[in-house]
Amino acid sequence: MNAPFVSTRRDILRYGAAGGALIIAAPLASCARQTKLEPDEPPPTLEWFEGKIGPFVVINADETVHIGSPNPEMGQGVDTSLPMLVAEELEVDFDKVKMVQMPLGIKMGDDGNMTWKHVPQGSGGSTSIPENWEVLRQAGALARGLLISAAAVRFGVPDSELTASNGVVRHAASGREATYGALAEAAASIAPPEEPPALKPREQFRIIGKPQKMKNARAIVTGRAIYGIDAELPNMLHAVMERCPYFDGTAISVDDSAARAVPGVVDVVKVRRPPLDGPYDVQAEGYAVVATSLWAAMKGRRALNIEWDHGPYADESSASFKRHCADLLSGTGQIVRNDGDFDAAFAGAAATYEATYWQPYVSHAPLEPQNALADVREDGITIIAPTQTPSSCNRMVAEALQRDRLDIEVLPTRLGGGFGRRLSNDYAVEAALISQAVKAPVKLLWTREDDLRHDFYRPAGMHHLKAAFDADGKLTGWTHRLASASKYYRRPNLPETDYWSAELYPDDFPGGLTPNYRMEYFSAKSGAPRGSWRAPAHTANAFVVQSFLNEIAHQRGEDPLGFRLRLLGDPREMRYEQHGGPVFNPGRLAACLRLAAEKGGYGEKLPQGRGRGIAGHFTFGGYCAQVVDVEVGEDGSLKTTRVVAAVDIGSVVNPNGVIAQLESGVNDGLSTALHLAIEIAGGRVTTGNFDSYPLMKIAEAPPVIETHIIDNGDAPSGMGEMGIPPLAPALAHAIFEATGKRIRTLPIADQLRVR
Amino acid sequence: MPRLKVNGRRVDYAGDPDMPLLWFLRDEQGLKGVKFGCGAAHCGACTVHVDGEAVRSCVTPMAAVEGADITTIEGLSDGGTLHPVQEAWLEEDVAQCGYCQAGQIMAVAAFLKKTPNPTDADIDDGLTNICRCGTYHRLRKAVHRAAALRGGRSS
Ligand code: FES
Ligand code: FES
Repeated sequence: MNAPFVSTRRDILRYGAAGGALIIAAPLASCARQTKLEPDEPPPTLEWFEGKIGPFVVINADETVHIGSPNPEMGQGVDTSLPMLVAEELEVDFDKVKMVQMPLGIKMGDDGNMTWKHVPQGSGGSTSIPENWEVLRQAGALARGLLISAAAVRFGVPDSELTASNGVVRHAASGREATYGALAEAAASIAPPEEPPALKPREQFRIIGKPQKMKNARAIVTGRAIYGIDAELPNMLHAVMERCPYFDGTAISVDDSAARAVPGVVDVVKVRRPPLDGPYDVQAEGYAVVATSLWAAMKGRRALNIEWDHGPYADESSASFKRHCADLLSGTGQIVRNDGDFDAAFAGAAATYEATYWQPYVSHAPLEPQNALADVREDGITIIAPTQTPSSCNRMVAEALQRDRLDIEVLPTRLGGGFGRRLSNDYAVEAALISQAVKAPVKLLWTREDDLRHDFYRPAGMHHLKAAFDADGKLTGWTHRLASASKYYRRPNLPETDYWSAELYPDDFPGGLTPNYRMEYFSAKSGAPRGSWRAPAHTANAFVVQSFLNEIAHQRGEDPLGFRLRLLGDPREMRYEQHGGPVFNPGRLAACLRLAAEKGGYGEKLPQGRGRGIAGHFTFGGYCAQVVDVEVGEDGSLKTTRVVAAVDIGSVVNPNGVIAQLESGVNDGLSTALHLAIEIAGGRVTTGNFDSYPLMKIAEAPPVIETHIIDNGDAPSGMGEMGIPPLAPALAHAIFEATGKRIRTLPIADQLRVR
Repeated sequence: MPRLKVNGRRVDYAGDPDMPLLWFLRDEQGLKGVKFGCGAAHCGACTVHVDGEAVRSCVTPMAAVEGADITTIEGLSDGGTLHPVQEAWLEEDVAQCGYCQAGQIMAVAAFLKKTPNPTDADIDDGLTNICRCGTYHRLRKAVHRAAALRGGRSS
């Protein structure tokens, strides 16, 4: 999106004013040949919402209420939590509310730039709740106000004498009442007030803050939830694509005659390579086999005969990249934060500490492989896809096909996982290019191997940390040196001197807590595409910083918890200029650490072979601490027996969703720390499927996960990401307590095995 | 022409005997609840019942299911009544993205027939489907709850 969405309230008002007739049923969207929508479930078109009682709210004559959820649902629970915000002010029974995923709404702004039609519509960065906290409650309040106004006209009384609750407007003095369903049509034609009604104080919340179950659970457990992979259009063709496995490579020769001979194959389409000096649109050059069935396309793909050149990174391997990072760290890097004089502090210290850590490339691997359905026509383009960012999907397709953005409709489906992978819409661009070439709707499906080999990976990197203490035990200096291949590259107008900003967050703990603090970045070269992986750099940085704290505490003979609390100090507001700011309050992190420690029995004496570790981190506005218990067998077998977490994300919208996301973060963090690394050899990814990228199964998942929520009434932050960062360092600490072995390299893999 | 039964209906198949059952169910029978996750028997997203046994349909060629009786997630419940495993999944609110859950439920439904009162160790050994969202904690609780709802019956 070029322009930020600024005129939230005015837009809602203008939108309400455009009210028209109430439509109870609408024709099925074009995507719905096979989609098994509930009989009473509305189709996913934006028009369906237009002319209703403000955006997001549709009240039907039978009293059912549909609330639009603007942001894509990928498992993080926004299709429940966002409608809760609307329903709270709308005054309806939440059990009767049905959620509808809204299609992308964009429009040309007054300044000539594209802007949001209603609200921003992306899922990423844990922003869904904080961005919608005000605006969706306003949307609910606006709709309620219009319903009250409609009743006021009907009863001939002023608005102020009416109250609304549970889907009914009442006039207490006369005892008259009218249901929302009976008022909806009249309400839709009333001009909204200049100012939206005041929002409820927190003490009056009936829905927000109360645990609500996932709205679409029944469709999921009966197999009727629709994901991108399930969407179909009439006369659509199927495509699978062989991509160049070598980073930035290209084909030397292509023989597609055998592929074309496979019955059902209708065409083989070349998808050109992405620009090498600008942003990716697609990820790699490839040859798409288009067929009348998916199976025919897959067989055709196997019959392709392509010789690839090995590209400019033919010598890159996992080991060579690690050596490259180590070489860089032996030199001097770019200083990105520099308080005081670290070198002097280190030279004059009473005690100094130093450690080096390594983290590999990891892949997002959402369980639903990438896919997109594109229908490129002369009169417009339809994209149906699992995307976290429908707006950038629209923009990327527009740019790749040289079409007007307003001619492209994007219908985001439910996502079978996102984790940041579907912030990139390369698969949708591929589908659009193929559809354009064959002049028919095309459904493109990636295999798991395609997904693991053509991801935008979480950057790998080597971290070197040093700390200095004076004779009184005060932290007098800290430095964090990182060599990694940044995810910020091939970006327009972003010089290499800014690459660090995706990998190091200068205001992260312990920035500002010691007078001599330095961060130093080394921009490493790698052919592996990089991107945002759930809680991006926080996963790497929390692991190294928190692990280093545990090492220092141990060497100093201090308790790791008390050591942290001492460094964090009293509650106060500190500047935090990166995402999740503008404020970091060390007292809130300390409170989470104390609560997790207390509930998790931190510090208790444990029998031989068992260990309990602790870590805490501030991620995108939320605070989380975790206490992890492990048992390590004599053969080195590891069992994570319990995780106790404390979280503070300000106000909580759906406690059930917060707990689910914490559990998700714990398991994601554990799975990744235990096993996961993307391997590179000869300038290509060699990891292939879940045998070489072994996501954790239930046997290794902790049987006990406890979540303790501190709801302090502050403005809310999101919960989708902050459950991960503390897990790996707390786990490593627990392993140290159990075995005396320090984990400085991830994944843990077989490091504990006793030979 | 090979015949088989899918969710109680007789169907014929005249196509490529090598095609995995997964694509027959999804693309020819429109049973989209059967999901594709890996295509290599690693994740279990494609789990269906073949003659009552949990089977990973992505590696099961059509030639292997001639005459078989196949049940998918769409056919698991009996009319309007949910299967106890589905019921337990709702009660424990297991799903996040939900993509793995149809396969999980089919795997658990077959598992409980053989292991009607599973211990945690039985669950660890017997359930190997992947959930990328990490719903394992609730999933384990839901398995125990489903076992209770089924009343510990075998088969
Ligand atoms: S898709 Fe069949 S096991 Fe993964
Ligand atoms: S709920 Fe998303 S993969 Fe299991």
